[in-house]
Amino acid sequence: MTIGHLPALQVVIPLLAAPVCFLLGRWPRLAWLLASAVAWTTLVIAIGLWLQVREGGTISYAFGGWAPPWGIEYAVDRLNVLVLLIVSGIAAVIFSGSWESVRQEIPESRQALLFTNLLLCLAGLLGITITGDAFNLFVLLEISSLSTYALISLGRDRRALTASFQYLIMGTIGATFILIGVGILYMLTGTLNMADLAHRLGGLQGSRAMHTAYGFLVIGIGLKLAMFPLHLWLPNAYAYAPSVVSAFIAATATKVAVYVMVRYLYTVFGPEFAFSAMYVQWLFIPVGIIAVLFTSIVALFQHDIKRMLAYSSVAQIGYMLVGIGLVNVTGLTGALLHVFNHALMKGALFLALAAICFRIGNPRIENIRGIARQMPWTMAAFVGGGLSLIGVPLTAGFISKWYLILAAVERGWWPVVAVVVIASLIAVIYVWRVVEAAYLHPRPEDAETVAEAPPALLAVTWALVLANVWFGVNPGLVTSLASGAAEALFGGYLP
Amino acid sequence: MGFSLFNYWVVILLMMAGFYTVIASGNLVKKIVGLNIFQTSVFIMYISIGKVFGGSVPILAANTDLYSNPLPHVLILTAIVVGVATTSLALSLAIRIREAYGTVEENDILEISRREDDEE
Repeated sequence: MTIGHLPALQVVIPLLAAPVCFLLGRWPRLAWLLASAVAWTTLVIAIGLWLQVREGGTISYAFGGWAPPWGIEYAVDRLNVLVLLIVSGIAAVIFSGSWESVRQEIPESRQALLFTNLLLCLAGLLGITITGDAFNLFVLLEISSLSTYALISLGRDRRALTASFQYLIMGTIGATFILIGVGILYMLTGTLNMADLAHRLGGLQGSRAMHTAYGFLVIGIGLKLAMFPLHLWLPNAYAYAPSVVSAFIAATATKVAVYVMVRYLYTVFGPEFAFSAMYVQWLFIPVGIIAVLFTSIVALFQHDIKRMLAYSSVAQIGYMLVGIGLVNVTGLTGALLHVFNHALMKGALFLALAAICFRIGNPRIENIRGIARQMPWTMAAFVGGGLSLIGVPLTAGFISKWYLILAAVERGWWPVVAVVVIASLIAVIYVWRVVEAAYLHPRPEDAETVAEAPPALLAVTWALVLANVWFGVNPGLVTSLASGAAEALFGGYLP
Repeated sequence: MGFSLFNYWVVILLMMAGFYTVIASGNLVKKIVGLNIFQTSVFIMYISIGKVFGGSVPILAANTDLYSNPLPHVLILTAIVVGVATTSLALSLAIRIREAYGTVEENDILEISRREDDEE
């Protein structure tokens, strides 16, 4: 009975828990416990869904018993179950370890609000991933976006307010573009169900209105996933948000947007239209390559470590776009793997940074000199996450970059291979700047002595670092899911 | 023919006016107003989609068999709610920015931020 309703519960539970969390305003600790418990529940549900679809089946859930395409359908296949697992998993880990950091960074009256918004954001992200309805996706996108704007504005620095405002303006324009695209598609087909849309759009190839809808959707989603040069909202938003919020949104929000892009390109419009008629690869490849190289270099010159990691995130999005732009099964597998692995590595790095912020406040490179002696576990976790970010063998980051390189070799595009390698070398340099400051410099005389981060925060950071290693050593589970999803998405299409 | 597309010309006009205001205006509140006009144009587009020429209101009645499509109107009700939420959040952020910086002019805020960055 309950098993059949898992797709609905995946979204409804965090959505309903959010107002309860708000009512617990006077007992922020209870709010935190509730949010963590809910996040773990969503992870259990995601695992339950994964067990049902891992053999390649799909689940279709008709909301309220209204049969699709008339009612809202929630559809689970191997593609979105991968995203559900990573979003709920990251949420469970980060929420559980967030208490100490939140208690220190956020005034007591607003702590419960933070957890309320985190739950709303989680509900929105899971909903975007699971829904099979184009308009429902827009609504859930706005739920997650609005809560993200509120979360960012809770940052201690007043620049968090302007960062949040800038993101709100750009994010709303992106969401409105998506709304326009969906509206035009509805005008053309009279349906909002993604599977039904795909079916009906098949007979409309060459329609000018369909091209327009496609353009609006690609740009709108591109704004949400921080596609270069539409990434301008991202560095400030990540840099000034509260530490745990940075960790959560850096690990999940843009990944979900990448999923939406894949869903629209492959499921709704179909690879035939997206790649053979609209040549989207000639947008993604150059934009991805510029993002990878340019923002990696910008990351080199940042003094604020949070900002440095934010620019590195834009570069990692570039890898995913390149993977999609290579238009082969290996490339898409690499992009999907990078969605999963990047969530793990950025989650680990931002949590390590949250631990550093917890002790020293401002995470600037000159402030962390010699800190490795006083916070050895935290810095070791940062190094672990950094190795995965670089793509060192035996870490998760290596697996996805390996697939991307394989895909580029398959196409015979050696310059793309060179770009992936060069950008990884740049990543070595910017991770090394932090390592050098923390390990090789003595602690300044006047700096106060700091203790190791609180155990809970440290435990979740290490959980993600170990996950990076585990998925680097045993990639089979995720790669089979990703390659199965990629093959199903391509169907019989060959470029 | 030209007149039947009147609504869509209005949509394009409003969309561009709103979008231009968001980009060109330096005042945060004016930006929000622009964003609102931009969103409203999309509302009008959806409402226009639903109109069926000669169709009656979508209430089941005898002697009518041509109805306007109510679905886009329902959709846009949801989008209007989203728009209201966005506007209120944006305005409250503008209030907080005004409290923190003493201004809602983008150039002044950028100037203050740049000075802060330099001090660090």
